Formats: sequence, C-alpha cells, structure tokens
Amino acid sequence: MLKILVIDDEPQIRKFLRISLTATGYKVVEAETGAQGADAAKAESPDLVILDLGLPDIDGQEVITLIREHSQVPIIVLSVRADETDKVEALDRGADDYVVKPFGIGELMARVRAASRQRSAAASDPDRLRIGGLTIDLTRRLAVRDGVEQRLSPKEHALLSLFVHNRDKILTHAQILREVWGPAHAHDTAYLRVYVNQLRQKLESDSGRPVLIVTEPGVGYRLRTGEER
Amino acid sequence: MPDTDRDDRPSPEALLAEANRERRGRLKIFLGAAPGVGKTFAMLEAAHDQRREKTDVVVGIVETHGRRDTEALLDGLEALPRRQVDYRGRQFAEMDVDAILRRRPGLVLVDELAHTNIPGSRHVKRFQDVEEILEAGIDVLSTLNIQHLESLNDVVERITGIRVRETVPDSVLQDADEIELIDLPPRTLIKRLREGKVYVPDQAMLAMERFFSPGTLTALREMALRAAAERVDAQMVTYMRAHAIQGPWPTRERILVCIGDGKAVFRLVRTARRAAERRQAPWIAVHVETHRHATLPEEAKTRISDALRLAEQLGAETHVIPGDKVAAELLAFARERNISQIIAGRARPGRWLPSLHASVTAELLARADSFDVTVVSGEDDAEPAPASLGVRPRGFGWVGKWTGYAMAAVATGAATGLSYGLSLFMELPNISLVYLMTVLLVAIRYGLGPSIAASIACALTYNFFFTEPLFTLDISDTQNILTVAFFLLTAFIASNLAARVGSQVEATRLSARRTANLYGFSRKIAAAANQDDVLWAVVHHVAATIHGRSLVLLPEAPVPGLDMGPDGGQLMIRAGYPPEDRLDDKARAAAEWAWSHAEPAGRGSTTLPTSPWLFLPLQTGRGPVGVLGVQIEGRDRPLSPEDSRLLGTLADQAAVAIERTNLVSDIENARLATETERLRSALLSSLSHDLRTPLASILGAASSLISYEGSLNAADRLDLTQTIQDEAERLNRFVQNLLDMTRLGSGKLKPRTDWVDLRDVIGSAVERAAKLLRRRQVRVEIDPALPLLRLDAMLMEQVIFNLIDNACKYSPAGTPVTVWTALRHGHAVVEVCDQGPGIPAEDRERVFDMFYRVEEGDSRAAGTGLGLAICRGIVEAHGGRIAAQPGLNGAGTCIVIRLPVADADQPEAPPIETVE
Repeated sequence: MLKILVIDDEPQIRKFLRISLTATGYKVVEAETGAQGADAAKAESPDLVILDLGLPDIDGQEVITLIREHSQVPIIVLSVRADETDKVEALDRGADDYVVKPFGIGELMARVRAASRQRSAAASDPDRLRIGGLTIDLTRRLAVRDGVEQRLSPKEHALLSLFVHNRDKILTHAQILREVWGPAHAHDTAYLRVYVNQLRQKLESDSGRPVLIVTEPGVGYRLRTGEER
Repeated sequence: MPDTDRDDRPSPEALLAEANRERRGRLKIFLGAAPGVGKTFAMLEAAHDQRREKTDVVVGIVETHGRRDTEALLDGLEALPRRQVDYRGRQFAEMDVDAILRRRPGLVLVDELAHTNIPGSRHVKRFQDVEEILEAGIDVLSTLNIQHLESLNDVVERITGIRVRETVPDSVLQDADEIELIDLPPRTLIKRLREGKVYVPDQAMLAMERFFSPGTLTALREMALRAAAERVDAQMVTYMRAHAIQGPWPTRERILVCIGDGKAVFRLVRTARRAAERRQAPWIAVHVETHRHATLPEEAKTRISDALRLAEQLGAETHVIPGDKVAAELLAFARERNISQIIAGRARPGRWLPSLHASVTAELLARADSFDVTVVSGEDDAEPAPASLGVRPRGFGWVGKWTGYAMAAVATGAATGLSYGLSLFMELPNISLVYLMTVLLVAIRYGLGPSIAASIACALTYNFFFTEPLFTLDISDTQNILTVAFFLLTAFIASNLAARVGSQVEATRLSARRTANLYGFSRKIAAAANQDDVLWAVVHHVAATIHGRSLVLLPEAPVPGLDMGPDGGQLMIRAGYPPEDRLDDKARAAAEWAWSHAEPAGRGSTTLPTSPWLFLPLQTGRGPVGVLGVQIEGRDRPLSPEDSRLLGTLADQAAVAIERTNLVSDIENARLATETERLRSALLSSLSHDLRTPLASILGAASSLISYEGSLNAADRLDLTQTIQDEAERLNRFVQNLLDMTRLGSGKLKPRTDWVDLRDVIGSAVERAAKLLRRRQVRVEIDPALPLLRLDAMLMEQVIFNLIDNACKYSPAGTPVTVWTALRHGHAVVEVCDQGPGIPAEDRERVFDMFYRVEEGDSRAAGTGLGLAICRGIVEAHGGRIAAQPGLNGAGTCIVIRLPVADADQPEAPPIETVE
C-alpha cells in the first residue's frame, strides 16, 4: 500500500484529501506546515508527496528543495496560483507535476496514478516504450511507428531519450534545453519548438493534434503514456 | 579627409539618398531654354502615355495660353478645380495643394515650377507646393525654363537684360528624379514666335524683342544643355557610387566663399554656387563679424544676412565667425575645414586712406599659400537680393546718422563759444586743444562720420575766429597754416581711433548683453520646477528679448513614453506673453507647418509669410517638443541675424527645458503606473487565494463524495458535507466583505444611525462568531457607565465580528480573545485583543489598508485582506477612529475603536435604564 504525505495548512482540504485517498486505498500522512512536512518526508519516507505551495511558515517552493535534498519521491504541487512562473519554478526545483486549485478529486487521482506509474515503469524498463502502434527502443536508437522505422537525428534522439526517461512527467522548457542543448541555451525556446515539431512529425499519427508529446501551455512538454484526461 | 570612395562597398550616403528617393514621389522636370519650346505639350504627351499604362493621372495646374494643340491634349485627363484666391480685390486661380493631397493620385501635372503664388497661399513658391506633394508620395511632372534657375539668375540677366524674379533653387533641379530637355533650334523657335505660337504676356513684349534674338536664344540653349548634361553627370556619379563601381571620382573639394558687406556679394554667392556645382563639391559661406559690424549701416547688415540666407538656399553651409582680423580668421577656418578653394570678391578701391582699409582680398592672396584663391569681379551695380527674401528693409538708421551730424555742428558751436571766452585770458595756440577735445567727444559718441565732419567744421571755425586775419578763412601766418593743418590731421587720426574704440565698446556691450541674456534665461528655466513655470519663463524672456510678443504651443496631452512624432496631438497654446489664447487661421496653419515639418514658418520665413506670427520649432535630439511663436511689434521685416541667432539659441534652450519637464512627468507617470500595477497584482493574488481556497475545499469534498460514494462510511460523508457547508459560508463572508468594501469605496455606505446599546451589538457579533471560535474563549467586559450611542447597529456588528474573526485567525488556538469597552474622555472605547504574535510597529497603520497583510503573499492564514479596511471605513463613517496597538505587556494585538458619545448638535440620548 502506497504511503502519501499531504502537506497543506487548510484543514478542510486535508480532510477531503485524507478521506478520498484512504477510500482509494492509499495510506495518508498529514502535515500542517512546511517544516512539519519536510520532517515527515524524511521520517515517514512516503511514496508520494502532495504539497500546497501556500504554507504559513515557509514557502512551498522552499519545501520542494528541502525534500529534494535527500529524496527523489514524486511531488505533486497544489497551488491556487494559476501563474505559469510559479509552476515553472516548482517544476524546476524538482516537483513532478502540479494541480491548480480548485480541482476535482478525479484530476488529482489521475496525477497520483501517473506519478506512481512513471516511477514503476521507468524503474522496470527505462529505455523501452510501447504505446499503441509506436515502439521506441533507445538502446537500439530505434523508433518504429505503424511498422515504419523513423530515422532520428542525434538531437532528436537526445530529446526523445529525455522524454522517455521522464515519461508522464512535465519537463519545463529550461530543463529540456539544459539537458539537450547545454546550460548556455536555457532560454532558446525556439530550438525546442522546432525539434519538438520534428519529433511529432515522426512519432505522432496526427502531428497537428499531438497526443504523445503534449504541450503544457507556458510551462513545457510531457510525454504522455497513460490514460487521456 | 578619409577616402571612403576607394572602398568597394557602396557609400552609405549614396544608398541613403537612394532610399529616401524610394519613399518620396518622383519628380520629372521638362526643362526648356525659353518659352515656346513645347514643354507643356511634351508634359501632356507624357501624361497620356502614363495614363495608358493605367497610372492615375490628374492635372494639378496647366496653362495652355490658348494654344489649340495643347488644349486638345488636356482632353481625357482629369483636372482638379483650382483654388480661387482673392487678392487686392482681384480673383486669382491657384493650384489647390490640399485637393491634390486629398485626391491622392498616382501622378499630378504641375506646370510652371517657378511660379510665385499669390500672397496668402500656403507657400511663397510653387516649387514648395510640389515639394509637399512629393513628400506625400505622389509623382509630379512639371516644367521649367532655364532662366528661372537661381544660380543662373545673374548670367541670364547679363545675356538678356531681363531680371527674372521668379526663381527656383538649383537643388530642385538637382533633386529631380528625371529631367527631359525640350530642345528647339533658335531659328525654329523664332519662327514659332512670329507665327504667334509662343505665348508672351503683353507687358513683356518689348523685352521679348531682345530675348528672342538668335544670340540670346543660343546662349540660353547652351545653358539648358549644360544644366542637363551636368545633371546626367551627377546622376551617373550617384549611380556609380551606389553600385560601388570603382572610378576616378572627382576629388572631394570644398569651397569657401567669403561674405562681406559689398554690394556684389550676391553675385559672389552665385558664382561660388556654380563653382561648387561644377566640381560636385560642398561649399561653405563664411562671414567674419568684426567690431565694425555694430556701426555698419543697416543696409549693409541686411545685405550680409540676406547673402548668408541666399547661400543657405543654394545649398551652402553658413557660418558667422567673430574676430577682427578677417583674413586670418578666414584662413584658420579654411584650414580647419579642409577647404581647397577660397572665393572672395574684389575689394573696392579705398576711398580714403587705402592703407587703413587694407583689402581683405589682398591679404588673403598674400597669405593663402595652401589654397586656391579665386577673386570675383566686384561690379558695384545694385544687384538686389533674391526676391524670395520678402519685404525689403525700410530706410531707417539715417535718423541716427543725422543726429550725429547735427550734434557735431552743435558741439563745434559750443567749442567756439567756450574758446572765445577762454581766448580773453589765454594764448591762441592752446585754443586748438578745446576743438580737439570736441572732436574726440563727437567721435566717441557718434562714430567716425560725424567726428570727421566735426574735425573739418572745427578747423574752419578755428581758422575763422582765431587766426589772423580774424573773421576770414584766409590765413596770413605760416605758423597758423601749420597749426590748422596739423590740427586737421590729428583730429582725423584721433577721431578714427576714438570711433573704433567706441564701436568696440558697443560690440562688447552687445555681446555682453547677449551673454547676460542667455545666462539669465538658463538660470530662470533651470530654477523653474514644473512645466508651467518653464513655459512662463520662456515666453516672458523671449518677449522681453525681441521687444515683442511670444507664444509657446505644445501638442495636446503628451502620452508618456510614447514618441508622438509630428502626427501627435493637436497643438495648443500653453503660454503666451502678453497672454494670448487664440490664433487666427493663418497663424495656426503656420504653427502646424512649423511643427510638422520642423522648420520655421510664418512671417519672415518662406512658408506662409502672411501669418502675423513667426513660428520656430522647438526641438531636441529626441525630436520636436513644441513650437515657439514670436511677433515683433511694428516691424515688418525679418529678424536681424543677431536677433534670429539669439532667438534660435533661446529656442534650443527652451526645448531642452520643456523636454526635461516632460521627462520628469514621464518618470512620475511611470512610477504611478508601477504602483497601480503593484496594487492590482496584490488585489488579484488576494482575490485568487480567497475565492479559490474555499472553492477548492468545496469542489474537492463534493467530487470526493461523488467519486467514492460507495466506499465512504457515514462519518466521512458527514465530514465532507460539513466541509462544503463551512466553506460555502466562508466564501459568502468574503463576498459580503467585497460588497461592503465596494460600497465603502464608492461612498455609497451611509450609516443609518439610531440609539443603540453597544452591549447588544457585541453580544450578537460574538454569537455570530461562535462557529468560528471552536472551543475558543471570548471574554466580554462592558463598562456599565457606557451610554447609548448613535450607531448603525448592523455595520458596527460587522466591525466587531471582523475583529473577533481576525483575532482568532492570528492567534494560537486555545488562547482567549477579549472584547473590552470603557467610557473615556467623552469617547466610547472598544478594544478587541488577542494573544497572538502581535503586529510589528511599522505595520500597525498599514494593516488597515486594503489587501495589506503583514505576511505578504498567500502563505498565511486565510484572511481576506479586507476585514480591517472595512472596519476602518465603517468606524470613520461614524466619526470614530480605529488603531492597532500592542496588547497588555506588549503581547498580542489590541484593535482599539474610539466612537464619539453624544454630539452637541444631536438630540440628547435617552437615559439608560439602570434596572438590571
């Protein structure tokens, strides 16, 4: 049974999260402040953290950094802020995903499942991926769509590797650029758009309406392997 | 000079000129040697060709002079109606520039480029109209006879004996995109004239005889051919430069022309212009202003400034250099500016004492070892200044002169009287000293002319009254002959020296006054704090300087940080001295012109000279900021060069000062915008947090209830339902606060007061808050002496409720909240205290601001950021005060409300019943 740590100062939100998560079969640990949450993340070693960004004692962003110092546990951020810069900062600090308040419980559960699936899938077979008619095998530098082999340039391959290793996880523009093009190009989003488009042409069945490499507006991209949402 | 032409790259200037050409309309000129060669005919034929190529052709103005074949060609071309102008009771039809600009054709025909417009038109000359049409991107076809070309003006006069008044600057021909030479051999032309095919106005019939002689026509034809050939040459050079074709360029020469006060100066300028044109060289006109300048006759001063202006019109760069050694100054300037050739006029032979008037030209010739010096013959014929300069100066200045001579006579008389009195006691030879003194005094006061007159008069009277034989002009004694002769010589030299000293003093005083004027001005505008002060200082100072009236017009409502450009808002009078608030149409048109073209316009300029005001653009490096208008009382002539230079300097300083104030207000606006933006984002973040947090709980709880309906036990279900209810109420409170705040903010919240017992108000507020309190203890202590108060019970309950709500939110669970009342110094005091962390001293005032929270951002207990602001609004609406204070022993927070008890003008409060 997965253990989930909920860090939120709003008792009402903690309450319905606890009730719903418990009903779904997770074990829930609660923390009211950022400091308590960071301690609990260490002491309880949860399988997933749900973290509110607005906390009374320390900023939620700070809590992400504190947790990442010792753990790679998936973190889903809750924020009332629809502001992209907050999301991007949280993701850059190491959060895995975010949900904007107010949200339905179904949406949160989908993210929780995706985060845990990503962990298990990536752990079992990090270099291979099969979705519908598409097969990707990074060790053999191969991508086959509907039986047709797609030739990938070295940069496209590097980009795809990053996506596959972080399947179902949002990658910010800056993260991708730093990984694939190097730190000097962290702001050249134009490169990124060009290569993502090329990848979509080769991998998506309809590159005009991508379902595999999806855009998170203002934030980044995500390689989606699971259910629609 | 760096030889950029050697580069294989196209020269930037050439490319720039080409690029400018792209945007402007194209001008094609049909150039002819004389009337009747068929320019208009050729132009119309070209127009028909264009029309066949689907160009939108319109006739702006074409004079057919009744020629049949020409009129026939007008058929099928759209002609715009002419503008009827009323001038001195007669009707004139002029080309309607505005109609053309409105119509916006592709190509417009404008006959007779050199035509002078009827006074009252927008421009003095038709070529200026054409300039404006080209500027608007419309192509123009026009016609021109060679004798109308400015630089050929005097040559034409020499050949034909006719002075042509209607001239166009050479630059018009030079800048034309295309020239078509309409050539006709002189014999054919004369034949045409005899056949009556050439239109000649009646009054010119006589002159025409000479004009249409084969010799004249041949000369004119040659000039036209040469002008066209030079044009082709220049075009080829431009083309080769633009396309980086290597070639033997003419070396870049620079020509300097020395402007003096001689009458031949205009010929000199035109000669220099031709020399420059032939060599494709830039040219500079320089006048050296010596101490003598102040004592020159007005006529000569005007001639100098007119000559400089003519040079400028003909494309020269002009300079006025102060200095006494003319030749030395000229040579220094020439060396500094890399001049290759100097052009000077031949000096007049000195009338008196040639050695004292050492010719500048001769000195130049002697000392200019590294320059070519060209001397132009100086015929003293009265050659008038170009007609475009407007009204000639009226003869004044002589009044001053005559006073000088009159005073010389009076002084001589006085000296004679004095000498005669003295001669009763003294030896004769010493008497001459009295006369010498008189001559000196006249020289210092009235200058050279009167002092020489005085010298002669003194010598004669001395001879008449004091030398033997007395009372005759005969001199018998040789000693006395010598005395008179030496007296005359001494008086001449002394008066020359004294006059020079006098004029130097005058010049120094003038320049000191100019400096003091500028200094005073810059001090005044530097001290001015805001734009109104600056504008007032500007108009006041300018009016005082020119002894006239002045105005400043600025574009309406400058938008901060936005370059309004010439198309920006409407010009408005912003200051005037003496105050002025309206302009007539002519003045307004001139002001608009000056603003949009960044050139002077109005009286004394060549644009809209019928405007009563002269307008100068106020510009800085960043662009135009406004327009300065000046009007000189009772003077009908252009400003003197001194005044106009001074005015120019003042305008520059004023422009910088106005821009400075504009920048200050820009910065202020930007600061305000930032502040507003900060408040706006605080409000947004607050709204977003306060609305979404309860919504998140409600949505989460409701969706959980739906999703896990089957798997939840009864207690959980109740819990979730309870969450929904609590959070919905919280949302309702927030919305209520927002509404209250809106009403407070818009001033619509008026307390409906009645006599109220504060105990009831506090009681109901505590009861309402009970749900929020959750096992929190609220202690209520009420002073039994508290009278009834005139309050709006509903609003005051909201205040107490908000304060209790706040106290609970900002203090640890389990600590008590105290509501305490007392009667103190005629005020009812209510305190709501908690035992939380307290509010830092610097924030105690600001917590009452809307959306202010001690901890910024949304990382704090769920508050609205409105509660305290609403409390303050309500309490102040009751005439009370509210403040935050530290609690007992400095722990926690107490919000203290003071409410007035009974105002004198209000009815007596009913007594409180003391029964329990």
